[in-house]
Parts: sequence; structure tokens; C-alpha cells
Amino acid sequence: MRFVVTKPPAGAGAAGKARLGALYLGGGGAAPPIDTPALVVPTRRGLPSFISRDLIDRLPYPDSLLLHLSPIHFIECPSTRTIKNIGGVHQMVGLQDHFFIASPGDSVESLPEHDGTNKIGAAFETPSGRRLINPKDYMEIISSTRPNLWASLADEVPAWVTEKRNRLSIDRTLKWLDDCLSLDQEKGVSTLGAVVGGPNIENRKKCATEVSMRNVSGFYLGGFGLGESIEERSALLNAVTDILPEEKIRFVSRLGLPEEVLQGVAAGIDLFDSTYIYHLTLGGFALVFPLDILGEAPEALLRNSSSDYTKINLHATIYRKDTSPIVDKCSCYTCLNHTRAYLNHLLNVHEMLAQILLEIHNTHHYLGFFQSIRQALKQEKFELFRQRFMESRRVHLTEAVPYS
Amino acid sequence: MALQFEVVGRFNRARASKLTLPHYVVQTPMFMPVGTQGTIKGLTNSQLEDIGCQLILGNTYHLELRPGAELIDELGGLHKFMNWKRGLLTDSGGFQMVSLLHLADITEEGVTFQSPVDGKPMLLTPEESIQIQNKIGADIIMALDDVVRTTITGPRIEEAMYRTLRWMDRCIAAHKRPDAQNLFGIVQGGLDPVLRDICVRGLVERNLPGYAIGGLAGGEDKDSFWRVVAQCTAALPEDKPRYVMGVGYPLDIVVCSALGADMYDCVYPTRTARFGTALVPEGVLKLKHNAMASDERPIDSTCSCMVCKNYTRAYMHSLVTRDAMGSQLLSYHNLSYMMRLSKDLHMSIVEGRFPEYVRGFLRTQFPKGDVPQWVCNAMEVAGIDISSCCAPVPV
Repeated sequence: MRFVVTKPPAGAGAAGKARLGALYLGGGGAAPPIDTPALVVPTRRGLPSFISRDLIDRLPYPDSLLLHLSPIHFIECPSTRTIKNIGGVHQMVGLQDHFFIASPGDSVESLPEHDGTNKIGAAFETPSGRRLINPKDYMEIISSTRPNLWASLADEVPAWVTEKRNRLSIDRTLKWLDDCLSLDQEKGVSTLGAVVGGPNIENRKKCATEVSMRNVSGFYLGGFGLGESIEERSALLNAVTDILPEEKIRFVSRLGLPEEVLQGVAAGIDLFDSTYIYHLTLGGFALVFPLDILGEAPEALLRNSSSDYTKINLHATIYRKDTSPIVDKCSCYTCLNHTRAYLNHLLNVHEMLAQILLEIHNTHHYLGFFQSIRQALKQEKFELFRQRFMESRRVHLTEAVPYS
Repeated sequence: MALQFEVVGRFNRARASKLTLPHYVVQTPMFMPVGTQGTIKGLTNSQLEDIGCQLILGNTYHLELRPGAELIDELGGLHKFMNWKRGLLTDSGGFQMVSLLHLADITEEGVTFQSPVDGKPMLLTPEESIQIQNKIGADIIMALDDVVRTTITGPRIEEAMYRTLRWMDRCIAAHKRPDAQNLFGIVQGGLDPVLRDICVRGLVERNLPGYAIGGLAGGEDKDSFWRVVAQCTAALPEDKPRYVMGVGYPLDIVVCSALGADMYDCVYPTRTARFGTALVPEGVLKLKHNAMASDERPIDSTCSCMVCKNYTRAYMHSLVTRDAMGSQLLSYHNLSYMMRLSKDLHMSIVEGRFPEYVRGFLRTQFPKGDVPQWVCNAMEVAGIDISSCCAPVPV
């Protein structure tokens, strides 16, 4: 794996730290590099929730090669020995050419439970109850699954904990980083050092400085999306990225909404793992916002101010006879083959195919959003892009969401 | 008539055919997955095509409920609505009504029942069933029959059989699209050979495009089951397709094919997948079992489907009954298995090695030679020597 910053930050303005990068997957494969900022597609036990491997192939390439992996999903089964025998996660899920980035939790099934975390290990709420995992067990799962990049085990706390608990989380996270590194046979080559520190800027800086001194290949910004407000988040993100070395990759979890992604990009984040798609899909929503944000005249974007211009809820009866695809000119499998009317029917009769088709479209569309972001960065119009995008969404919101 | 049936191979009673339908040309013997509500649970059209699925079923009762035949018609028919390019078959709606609605009441007029939506009394007549199926637009549609369980005895069976014939005429009269849709009649008569015979002759007189053998697959003993199939296939015309409704288990399909049936449908492969059970040549594999947690073999080493080529039993064990993906992948494999079974039956007949195929199938399912007696009886009538598969009976 090799990460290169291909277009350094402009340096000035609100989006001063946004940068373009290229992630070379290595492994002798012929895959082109994945451009960043990029979306890391969430998975459950290594596969997306509803998109099987033969349908993943039809998603945008090479963007859809980046998959998230949560080691917590493998706490119960298959055993690390079985995973090792099979040959690791790539072989196990039949996605040998894909690139897995592992971080402990995910935002759906395995949520960090700071109350349960103690000096022995980090606690997570899973469907089979609360689980505690220590660095040794964590590294066993990492070494058996062999993801391409992995974040060290972290004590991620929500924004409302006491200062004392916050400081404790930093100490633990640093200790566990060192524990993980000492157990790592690759000596940090694939490691993303976890940076925590809660809602406290000084703590964040302190932790970032410490982690930067370790021999890691990149950084996992932990503890975000756990209760801090969107306003205070910018300062916290920037406090960390100000200190982290420019040339190493940065990954953040749980900043899933488009606004949050834009905020992260502006602060210099390269990779985002988002469960936005999953929640949309389960709710029967399909993303429809225009991706050519810079191309559209501002008035055109605000045109449809009576409805949510971002997404449609295909449960709604207005779609019963709508024979158009979800998004005209979208080239995903769903839009090329099916209509809103059919999706409306599938949702009404609670058929699994609805989620499959929606996850395909939503993933395709969201990957397109990231592509638009990269395009805007290339053209040095990211700030304009962000402004236009926020305005088009702000129209129907009762409270304006400030960005910084 | 909107089909062409061409027998392309035979062994005694078994036949392989090429059946040309308005939307697709299918090969029989053929298993048809059930796509109850306009979709096979958890599989896309592209996946169904990949595994070689030729024709799927839609349930008239469910589709009329939601989204409604009127809407389907308005949007161009079920093929267009689903964007399914191959064959479709709809049943009459009668079976669901009788099996799903315990308050259903059958009269000469039709089936009266309480609407599950608002409790209002509703009536499904033969005319209405055909009207609905005309709107849905499937290649093959089924007559509304008076279905009784084979476990029932008494005059009700005779009443149902005669009523089925009378309803057949009403269905024929109501059918507005004989040039585009094939109306199949359904042989009823319970387990009574006399009644079955009367029904077969009655339906054959009406010169229908195809015939189904109904009222089975409902709990009757296997020995009675195969005898009814054998009797009907012997009496039905050679040059029309024969469809055994609700069958089923791979073993049943092999036996019925040996006896001269061509088409089958059942929810079993996909339903059992959702419970974590895989279909394999040896029978079934319960992936939830603890032993599977560390089994690094594919589900079926003889299967070349996407699932068996890429996944281990251990990984599948971690998915099934937990994640939607588990249901999807196992349904994919189970249907692949059924498609392979269909293809193997067709090709083995065409290539003149049907008995060898049957013997191989039975040996794999019954390695100890404990082939059930009913199978032995049926194979005798089918003229297939399976003595080498059966262990000698201890004296």
C-alpha cells in the first residue's frame, strides 16, 4: 500500500486543508489507484449488507474496491484459526482484488460502549450482547483476517464524558496502540494509529502529537460522531490534522452525512466510513440529489424547494405508477433495470430485493458524490462546491446548519 | 394455443422436451422457482439468469392484493413490471385462498373469503381469476380449480373434481388472450383413481395447451403420491406438457420425471435456504450446525455456482439466519442446485443415459442402499432398474 498526496491543500480559506490523494493498493494487482477523498463502503462480516460479490462488480470502479471491515464482527465466528486457514478475509469473502480498511466498530452493529471499556479492553455493543476485546485478541483477528489497513484498538468516548474519563481514554488508546504495534508482524506498515481526545482541543492535540511519533502509516481519527455537535467538530478535526504529518493518510468513522463529509474534507481527511447508505436503504430512501453541483445554475438547485431534494422515500404512494428509474441517467444496475414503481411495490410487500436494489443505487450515487468532491478539488472550486451544496439542502431545513 | 411442445429425447415414460412459450424457450424437465410477490426472495434478475432459471411463478392472490392486477396491466404486464425477460407462470389464486384464509368458503360460484385488507367478504370466481391473470400477462396461466387436501376422504373429493371440470369451462370462456397466454387445466380427484381418470378425460376433451396434476404435495403418503402421478401421466396426451404442482424435493422431481412429468414448482429450495439449509447431492446440509463453524469446504464440491466457488461452509455458517446476505447466498446456491438438477435430467434423457443418471442420484442420496420402498415401486413402473442402488434385504 502506498499513499501519495497528489494535490496538497490550497492553504487559504475555510477549506484550507482539503487535499487530493491517491491510494495505491499494491499486491501486484493491476488496479488503478483509488483517488481520495474516498468513501469506504461499510460491510458486515466483510460483505456489504445486501450487495453480493457478483453485484459489487457492477459498482463504479475502482472506487468500490474500498471496503470497511469491523474485526468485532468476527469475535464469535468464524474462529481466527478458521479464518487463517481459509487465507484471510479477502479469500473468505471472495473479494481478492478489494482493499479492506479495518477499524474496531461500525455504526450499526458494533458500537463502542465506553461504560464497559476498562483497562483490559474496549467494549462494544453487538447483537449478541456486550463484548470486551483486548489488544491481543484484536490483533489475532487482524492477523488472521489480514486487512490491507487497520486501525489500532481505541477507547472512543462520547462528547459528554468527564475530563478525567477523557484523559484516561487517551492514555489507554496510546497504550493499546503500542500493544498492537508490538504484536504487529508488519511493524506498522499497515497501521492507522488511533487518535482520540473527545471534545477537548488540547487533549486532541496532545494525543495527535503522541501518535504521530509512532511508526504508523496513517491515522484513524476516533471518537467522532459520538455526540459532539457539528459546530464544535470542525475545530476538533482541524486541531488533529494540524499536527498530523501531511504525507500520511487519515481515516475517520461515523461522519457519514454529506455535510459531515464536506466538513471532514475541508479539515484534511482522506477516507470516510459511512453508514448513511445503510440507514437510507433500510428506510426505503433513495438518493437523488444532483451530482453536478458546480455545473447546475444555483437557481436550478433550489428549484424544487417544496421537497427534500436529497432523497425520495419510495414507500410513498406517488411512486406507485412511476415508471421512471430512481435517477434519470444513473448507470447503476437498479436504475438501468428497474423502475420506481417496482421498488415501491417491493417495499410495500417487504421483499428483500428492495434493500438489495436500493443499496446498489445509494452506494453508486454516494460514490458519485465523492467523485464530484474530487472533481471540485481538482478544479480548485471546493469551497464553491460546498457552499452550493449546503445551500441546496438548506432550503427545506427549518434550522440552518452552519459550516465552518 | 400459444406454445409449441417438442419432445427431443425419451427413456420409457420419461421425456426431455423443448417448450416454446411467448417469452422464452424452455427445456424440460424444468423446475420453476416461486416468485410469490413479483420477485424471487433475495435474488436479482441477473442472478436468476446467471444460474439458468428459465421460468418463474407469480402468485395471483398476492399480486392482486399488492400491487393489483389493474396496476400491473396499466404498466404493461408483469414481465415489464419486473423487467423479467424469460418465462412467467401464474397460478389461479385458489390455493392461497384455501390455505391462507381459514374463513374461505367454496361454493359453485367461486371461493368466498374475507379480504385480509379490510375484512369485507370477497368472491373469487373462475371468471375473475382468469381476468386477473389476463392482466398480469404470464405465458402460462392456471385454471381455478376446487382444491381439496389429499388427507380428506368422502364425497367432498368427488364434488371438487366435478366442480373443477365445470369451472374449467368457465375459465376457458373467460380467457381473453389464448393467443398470448396458455391456459392449463388441473387434474383433481384426490387419491381415488376412478375420480382422477374421469377428471383427466374431461380435461383432455377440452384440448388444452397443457395439463397440471394438482391436489398433491399436501401431506399424503409418498406411495399414494407417486401412484396418482403415474396414473395421470399415463393418461395425459403425449404431446402436451405436464406440470406437477407443488413438487418439491429433488428426489420427488427425479421420480416424477421418470414417470413422465415435465414441470415442477415449489417454495422449498428458497424457503429452506432462509432457515440455513443447503441442498446438496447427498440430501441436505444444515449450515447452522456447530460442526459447520470450522468446515473449510464449499457447500457442495460438485457445484460450480458462485457461492460454492467462493465460499466455505464456515463462512456461510456465520451468515445464515443472521444476515440478509446469508439468505441471499444460500438461496442462490439452492436454486442453482435445482437448475442443475433440471439440466441434468434433460441432458441425461437427451443423451440416452437417463437410467445411469437416476442410479447415480439414488446412490448419492442413499449411500447405505436404503432407498425408500415407494421409490423402488415407482421406478419399477417407470421401467428403471435400480436394484444396484438398493441394499439386499436381510433374510
